[in-house]
Amino acid sequence: MKQVSEAGVLRKVIGASSLGTMIEWYDFYIFGMLAKTISTEFFPEGNSTAALLSTLAIFAAGFIVRPFGALFFGRLGDLLGRKSTFLLTLILMGGSTFLIGLVPGYHTIGIAAPLIVLLLRLLQGLALGGEYGGAATYVAEHAPPGKRGYYTSWIQTTATLGLFLALGVIMLVKMNMSDQQFNTEWGGWRYPFWFSIVLVVVSVYIRLKMEESPLFARLKSEGKVAKNPLKESFRKKANFKMVLLALFGAVMGQGVIWYTGQFYAQSFLETKALLNFEQSRTIMLWAILFATPFFIVFGWLSDKVGRKWIMLAGMLLGVIFYRPIFNEFLKTTDIKSWIADGVPAAQEKAKIETKKYNDQLIVIQKNKLHINGITVTESRYDTLAPGVKESTLYPPLSALDGDAGITAALARARPVYSDVTLPASLYYKFIFLVWTMIIFVTMVYGPVAAFLVEMFPVHIRYTSMSLPYHIGNGVFGGLVPFIGVLLQTTFTEDPLVGLWYPIGIAALSFLIGMVYLSNKRSAALE
Amino acid sequence: MDQIKKLLGILWLLLGPVIIYFLVTGAIHNIDPGGKKDINNPVIWIIIITIFLPIAIGLMIFGWYALKGEYSRKISDQ
Repeated sequence: MKQVSEAGVLRKVIGASSLGTMIEWYDFYIFGMLAKTISTEFFPEGNSTAALLSTLAIFAAGFIVRPFGALFFGRLGDLLGRKSTFLLTLILMGGSTFLIGLVPGYHTIGIAAPLIVLLLRLLQGLALGGEYGGAATYVAEHAPPGKRGYYTSWIQTTATLGLFLALGVIMLVKMNMSDQQFNTEWGGWRYPFWFSIVLVVVSVYIRLKMEESPLFARLKSEGKVAKNPLKESFRKKANFKMVLLALFGAVMGQGVIWYTGQFYAQSFLETKALLNFEQSRTIMLWAILFATPFFIVFGWLSDKVGRKWIMLAGMLLGVIFYRPIFNEFLKTTDIKSWIADGVPAAQEKAKIETKKYNDQLIVIQKNKLHINGITVTESRYDTLAPGVKESTLYPPLSALDGDAGITAALARARPVYSDVTLPASLYYKFIFLVWTMIIFVTMVYGPVAAFLVEMFPVHIRYTSMSLPYHIGNGVFGGLVPFIGVLLQTTFTEDPLVGLWYPIGIAALSFLIGMVYLSNKRSAALE
Repeated sequence: MDQIKKLLGILWLLLGPVIIYFLVTGAIHNIDPGGKKDINNPVIWIIIITIFLPIAIGLMIFGWYALKGEYSRKISDQ
């Protein structure tokens, strides 16, 4: 009977911790996924202050504030307890997200809008920095020896499930209204932010009912709580060297594998493979859905064979297969080369439309092409009567230049391809390739919570594990797109050159981990 | 294995300054107030260098510890 109630408690511990952490990830992701709309609403182009605030909102929240949140809340968690601290981070995150959804746009309240949004975004980063370490520590300190990898792997599913939820909610809202309804000042883009408060209230209610972690409660009752967790974590050599080892030998590599498999892949499918919005999103959704159980599988397996080699194998597979996989995405959708090589393309009747842009009239010809089983939109642009003032824009097109002139100008214009739609067989192939990369993520990420928890003693665990985790994920992982652009600008010939950053970091981390890490297998927690 | 750990320590120790050098030269080459890409934005470079400087120093300290044998089997098992 006792065994049944203990299993029940563990289920509640895992459920309450995982739900809250998933919501925090959801909250953090929706801002990034709606960045385009958010920037139009809060950070309009042409205003240098707004541009600076936008940069800070995107970069400072991930790179500076997350590690700082890890230190701030990690210290609190080691002083006050895990439960109260990760409850606080949840409320802070949920509250900030909900409030972002309530901030009026730049056109209504001016520069106050981006300032408030920046402040709330920084609070989100701070809260995220504090949440993960608390949840992972809390679950690990409840788990019996020999099952720590399995139990904490549920926490590891949350980052991916948070992404899944964010993608799903945004798609659901977007598919039920027009683009215009979605993008207006009080439009549909705000719904995912408002939805967060419902999730947070439920999660706070569940977490309030939980008890403190038994190891921390014992530490507290014995009066052995750390007096200064930051000093003990980073000023004592015995512990600091383990923080460094955790960062360089594990989470640094894990961060880039995680980011490349889930975020870089999606961005690549949209910007390089030019897939349409729905297909690029649903490919990610299916791949995530089928890969998520493997977090649990590899967490469980790490209890049997140790954490080290599973994590390192995930990094090595990324190093070996990233270029072939991304190259396959490019090759499969290489429209420009096919056209240049004269591959036959069926063309639907062209649509010609006009748009006003600033004080110019742009004419756009859109053709739908069917080539190698793929459907793609080919657009050709031409500017009519450049410099014409708006008041003179109203004569019909033919009056400005004549139909024959327009057709000739459009034929000379360089085509731009977009909205690639894959046939079923290629669509499933892409799902499989993304799934493969997320499997690498599950290998490095599934066992990492248990691995980090076991590296540090209970009185400074929250602080010590949170910092390397958020530097690995936030900084090394978060820099994947930036360094990708940097490399692409320097080495313009290779379209896959951006991948050398995650490959290089994962290889470095693999080498350090292979040489310096020990293969722990559910050691008893102190 | 302990000898390899120590020898590799020299590599980590040297890698720290190399990273700092590449970051600073990368910033000098790419910062362009007229540019539109993220890599032209000075604020982003300041953030990245600020956060990477302590990480590179951390890598050097890691190398130093490795060189001193802090990660050799007997010491790390204590």
